[in-house]
Amino acid sequence: MKKDIILAGVGGQGILTIAAIIGSSAINKNLYLKQAEVHGMSQRGGDVQSNLRISDKPIYSDLITKGHADMIISVEPMESLRYLPFLKKDGYLITNTVPFKNIPNYPEDEEIYAAIDKLPNKIALDAEQIAKDLGNVRSSNVVVLGAATPFLGFAIEELEGGIKSLFGKKGDELVEMNIKALHAGYEFAKEKIK
Amino acid sequence: MQKLLFLGDEAIAQGAIDGGISGFYAYPGTPSTEIMEYAQKSKEVAQKGIQCKWSTNEKTAMESAIGMSYTGKRAMVQMKHVGMNVAADAFLNSAITGVNGGLIVVAADDPSMHSSQNEQDSRFYGDFALVPILEPSNQQEAYEMAKNGFEISEKFNVPVVLRITTRLAHSRAGVSLGDKKEQLKIKLPKDPRQFVLLPAIARRNYKKLLEMQTSIQQASNDSSYNKYIDGNNKKIGVVACGISFNYLMENFDGECPYPVVKVSQYPIPENHIQKLRQECESILVLEDGYPFVEKQLRGFFDEGIKIMGRLDGSLPRDGELNPNIVAKALDINIVEGVDIPEVVKMRPPSLCQGCGHRDVYNALNIALEDYEPGRVFADIGCYTLGALPPFNAINSCVDMGASITMAVGAADAGLVPAVAVIGDSTFTHSGMTGLLEAVIKNSPILVLISDNFTTGMTGGQDSAAKDRIVDICKGLGVDPKHLRTLVPLRKHHEENLAIIKEELAYKGLSVVVAQRECIQTVIRSRKKMGKNK
Repeated sequence: MKKDIILAGVGGQGILTIAAIIGSSAINKNLYLKQAEVHGMSQRGGDVQSNLRISDKPIYSDLITKGHADMIISVEPMESLRYLPFLKKDGYLITNTVPFKNIPNYPEDEEIYAAIDKLPNKIALDAEQIAKDLGNVRSSNVVVLGAATPFLGFAIEELEGGIKSLFGKKGDELVEMNIKALHAGYEFAKEKIK
Repeated sequence: MQKLLFLGDEAIAQGAIDGGISGFYAYPGTPSTEIMEYAQKSKEVAQKGIQCKWSTNEKTAMESAIGMSYTGKRAMVQMKHVGMNVAADAFLNSAITGVNGGLIVVAADDPSMHSSQNEQDSRFYGDFALVPILEPSNQQEAYEMAKNGFEISEKFNVPVVLRITTRLAHSRAGVSLGDKKEQLKIKLPKDPRQFVLLPAIARRNYKKLLEMQTSIQQASNDSSYNKYIDGNNKKIGVVACGISFNYLMENFDGECPYPVVKVSQYPIPENHIQKLRQECESILVLEDGYPFVEKQLRGFFDEGIKIMGRLDGSLPRDGELNPNIVAKALDINIVEGVDIPEVVKMRPPSLCQGCGHRDVYNALNIALEDYEPGRVFADIGCYTLGALPPFNAINSCVDMGASITMAVGAADAGLVPAVAVIGDSTFTHSGMTGLLEAVIKNSPILVLISDNFTTGMTGGQDSAAKDRIVDICKGLGVDPKHLRTLVPLRKHHEENLAIIKEELAYKGLSVVVAQRECIQTVIRSRKKMGKNK
């Protein structure tokens, strides 16, 4: 088992929460893991990414080789496209469709959706609306993770375990909320790839 | 045994704790900050009474660490690469004094300048000081080196440089922990004058340091961190330093066909390199940062074996390495994904919504409309982002504290008024001495201290300046009539604008302190309060 995942978003959007849930699930399964993060200046509203690598064999590089990522998981649509040179030809792109506009020249939404639509394998979902319907818009990043679940090589119960390890100390309510969000994203993706 | 998931920085902190450290010393700086932050959150550190408070700057951190080493206890000082410049005087002389308790200097380099103003390579500092350098290739080695580095330091009577780069500092991997060593007790140096660098003593100490070089070289040759790994294809021999070893192995799934020398302890292991030269037709040097090893292998005349690296174009001259760059140097063909669509725009970092620095620049920009542009000298911190649109408000960012003294120099040349913009933490780091200079000269400059009560850019660490700025300025002799404060909020805009305009018009030194808490620390403490309810 080997998965190379690029997580993408804008500083402050919470991609490291997604990384931490996958990471905890991988550690619970005794897998090897490397996860390169961006700290520092770019966290101030700039583009950020994290290279997350999981394998049952030792991993060498902290960085993923271009053309070798199994998937891109993004919480922002334009950011999902920034890392396409890293994605395998048959890799999956999973992205939230709600733009985060903090630059004056942000492109038209339709142009971005058209570029995403050109890709052979993609799941694009309005994670914020889904999270809002569940009662907590802040769990939208976990909805996106849910949508990536069919491609991650983990059973959904294993990711639930990751959520419990990560949020357990912060109370059952938060754990429940995030598990609901995970399932909502998962159901959306299953429907899409039918 | 269960592995723990650690950032490289965290592995270093835990390694130092397990190695019997008594004091961590640092000023925040990306990518080194998380070492101290880990120590500050560690229950073990609190129980053992290990010092882990932030220092005012890298020089004071380095000196405090030397002081702890003097007592016979083990100390570590951590800084970003440019912090080495600030600490350089103390650092280089600590190689001459030698150590008593083990002393590790962590230098976190930032190739590709993710969060820095240059990509200087700290291995040169280690070489300059004639001390061993450790460069881990992964998080496990980072842990081991931080733990064992104290003994290396004590054995050779020198500080040891632990050089890491951003990629290792900020990447997580599983780390297995080993046994724990006790802290050492106070035991002052046998020679009471060891640390007195009067010329006569310094000359004697320096000779000792030079004599020690043979043993330091031998330790590199014998080091278990350095390895000769044989391969069948002798067309190329690869020297892989630090994490570049991983990029090499990534390309061959761990089975490199070429002989490899893995370098993680310096000076360069002569034995392995000699063997590589004898066995191979050419040498490829992989190293993150400057061509430090490559230059040494080439020498001045460069007439020996063919050497490939950053100097002959086999690898780019700047920027951090990655698996693709290494593949290219080895003629490995990699099929990349599709290009980035044109619709994707750059998204540079920006000041947070609601940040006080925004209001400061909004007022300053209007106040300066009456003058020719190009007179604002800024400094290092979040407010450096004022260089970008929509503000375009500043004309310099050079080194910590440079804003005030550059404004003094520009005013000396006749650029009046000149403006300095500096944050609270940067002011206490290196701005105070410059301000004293401005006081003595009564320079016609406006110093705008944008005080957000924290060290913001690195994530909101305690600022040594908190609640002290105005008193410090008074103490340094700033005329109280031209020492003004304001609150940078939109509703005070007109009032703030008037204050700045008045002080710009004054033909002497004025200091305006803009006081409002960082929006990020406000949000964080609100969250905490919510949780405690």
